[in-house]
Amino acid sequence: MNGNQAAALAVKLSRAQVVCAYPITPQTSLVENIAEMWARGNFPGEYVSVESEYSALSYLIGAAYAGARTFTATSSQGLAYMHELLHWASGARLPIVMVNVNRTLGAPWSLEPDQRDSLSQRDTGWIQLYCSDVQEIMDTVIVAFRLAEEVKIPCMVIYDGFSLSHTYEAVQLLRQEQADLFLNPPPKSALIHPSRPQTVQPVTDYRYMARVVQAGHRAMMQVPGRLGEIDRLFAEIFGRKYSLAEETNFGNAETIFVAAGAMAQTVKSFLPLLDGGEEKNGLLRLRLFKPLPEEEIVSILNKPSIKKLVVLDRNLSMGIGGVFAQEIKALLQGTGFRGQIFELNLAGGIDLTLDLLRRGMERINAWQDGEEKIIWGVDL
Amino acid sequence: MDNIPAIVETLVGRFPQQEYMYGGHNACPGCGAALAVRYMMKALQDKAVIVIPASCWSIISGVNPLRCLETVVLHCPFPAAAAVGSGIKKGLEAVGDLHTHVVVLAGDGGTFDIGIQGLSGAAERNEDILFVCYDNEAYMNTGMQKSSATPYGSVSTTTPPPRIKQNPKKDIMKIMAAHQIPYAATATIAFPEDLLAKVRRAMEVRGFRFLHILTPCPQGWGSPVEKTVELSRLAVQTCVFPLFEIEDGRRYRLTFCPDGPVPLENYFRLQKRFSSLDREQVELARESVNYCWEELRRKASVL
Repeated sequence: MNGNQAAALAVKLSRAQVVCAYPITPQTSLVENIAEMWARGNFPGEYVSVESEYSALSYLIGAAYAGARTFTATSSQGLAYMHELLHWASGARLPIVMVNVNRTLGAPWSLEPDQRDSLSQRDTGWIQLYCSDVQEIMDTVIVAFRLAEEVKIPCMVIYDGFSLSHTYEAVQLLRQEQADLFLNPPPKSALIHPSRPQTVQPVTDYRYMARVVQAGHRAMMQVPGRLGEIDRLFAEIFGRKYSLAEETNFGNAETIFVAAGAMAQTVKSFLPLLDGGEEKNGLLRLRLFKPLPEEEIVSILNKPSIKKLVVLDRNLSMGIGGVFAQEIKALLQGTGFRGQIFELNLAGGIDLTLDLLRRGMERINAWQDGEEKIIWGVDL
Repeated sequence: MDNIPAIVETLVGRFPQQEYMYGGHNACPGCGAALAVRYMMKALQDKAVIVIPASCWSIISGVNPLRCLETVVLHCPFPAAAAVGSGIKKGLEAVGDLHTHVVVLAGDGGTFDIGIQGLSGAAERNEDILFVCYDNEAYMNTGMQKSSATPYGSVSTTTPPPRIKQNPKKDIMKIMAAHQIPYAATATIAFPEDLLAKVRRAMEVRGFRFLHILTPCPQGWGSPVEKTVELSRLAVQTCVFPLFEIEDGRRYRLTFCPDGPVPLENYFRLQKRFSSLDREQVELARESVNYCWEELRRKASVL
């Protein structure tokens, strides 16, 4: 099946009670799949098709206020249109799960899988999990429900438009009885009732607000630990192991590529084909991006053999550089990391080919002091 | 007087005494919106939760940790109220509560302007909620900026004289009627029995219901605080704000028919916001009011 079908099936297995969405390429077939199951009486929850992404997330904020398990999916402009509600959902600590299928933000219009849509929502207080293959999409959606409900933080499951959303891969299907073992049963009582008067998210002063944001931060800091436990439970039930940040390094790698999403899978398959092969080239795949699992990443990168990091960003924060690169640089501050950090920037949605990666590495290997450390894919 | 439904008559002199809104709220003196909700709550009692987008009522309902309504109040972003309310209803049903009503309480900005997309979407889907617009005809919470509910000829801080509002008020009832929702009605605070009856009627109907309540605002309208109810009454008597109901977007019914319309000047004179209108402009306003009133009477088959 393809990535969108895998996500739709996982939403069904997670027994989401209210699904509300607005179609947008390349997410469309995901919501169509859910609508199809729902129309045939094959979906445990309600599916509502609304008039905008803005209303889709608003709807779920309402449903989550009431206490229901909720899901939506979007891409690109749709995610940007939800922006203020992303803040509201995390501020209200609502465990909403959303899939974002990466797609370039306009202008001009484009359908390529640039990651700027999800990365520009970095500071909205949502957990972000990046998937690298179709199996992982199915697994991560169900993990996201468990994680979001445990820490009461909304969670975004992210994968590349077309290269994952529309690419068919063999997957091992999750079974409903396994999913029921993994997840808590969906809520069966309302969080609100007129007989228990209360005010939800009222106007407040800075003192209370300061506590709200601090509590949100502290909850977010718990995410790596909690996700680690959830991953162990997942492995016990389903037999597949995930790590917060995935390392491919056979011991003496001098160059480590850093990537998230489908691109990480691509780079992994290229490692044996690069100069020095798998002996000299390794990979750090970012899975949990928000928050970054600091401890795991530092232990993967702080090895004496590592001379170079090459961060692959299919996104760009104009005036700074790739977002993943900035995050990695910030994280390595003060850790004693002595290697050089390069960016291979594929913003705009450039497809990573072996040829392009080789040419990028030629530039990096010939780099001299004073030259720009961003190698632009578009110039290669 | 044939147009007054029986349910209103039975309420005259027997208005419910039980209060679900308490003193100590944050409304300004003479606030029409505070009265509207006080009356509305007498009908809703403990059967509904209230959803409030950014508006005067975000403040009136109480700044944390205070509150003045004896029910659950849920706040939400400005354009989001209709969708959040719909989601609450769907969420309640999903977890097994099939009975609690969901009432959205939005100002004219959250209804006519920034909220209209979500409002239209929820109405088209016939979501099972009651959307109440308390209309004080401008952004009063932030100090009288014009909205698309601001009437022709009104001064506001964003339509200062001589560039007073040139365009007519958006006809929200026609827009809601065009959605063919099961129930839509107008009400105002000078007619509390009528208001209460309409909220009760709305609670009996399933699907999307819309209530448009005119709520004078002394701060914004530049009127004496003790004239709020009188202005509300004059709005009806001058036919600026007729009281009526629409079922399924088709069947119109007037619930109050002025014996002979009161001159528009009586309404304008009490409000500083209309003070820069010249005679010609008043005539233009009168023409528009008359046209709408005749049109409404035709629809309600009383012509």
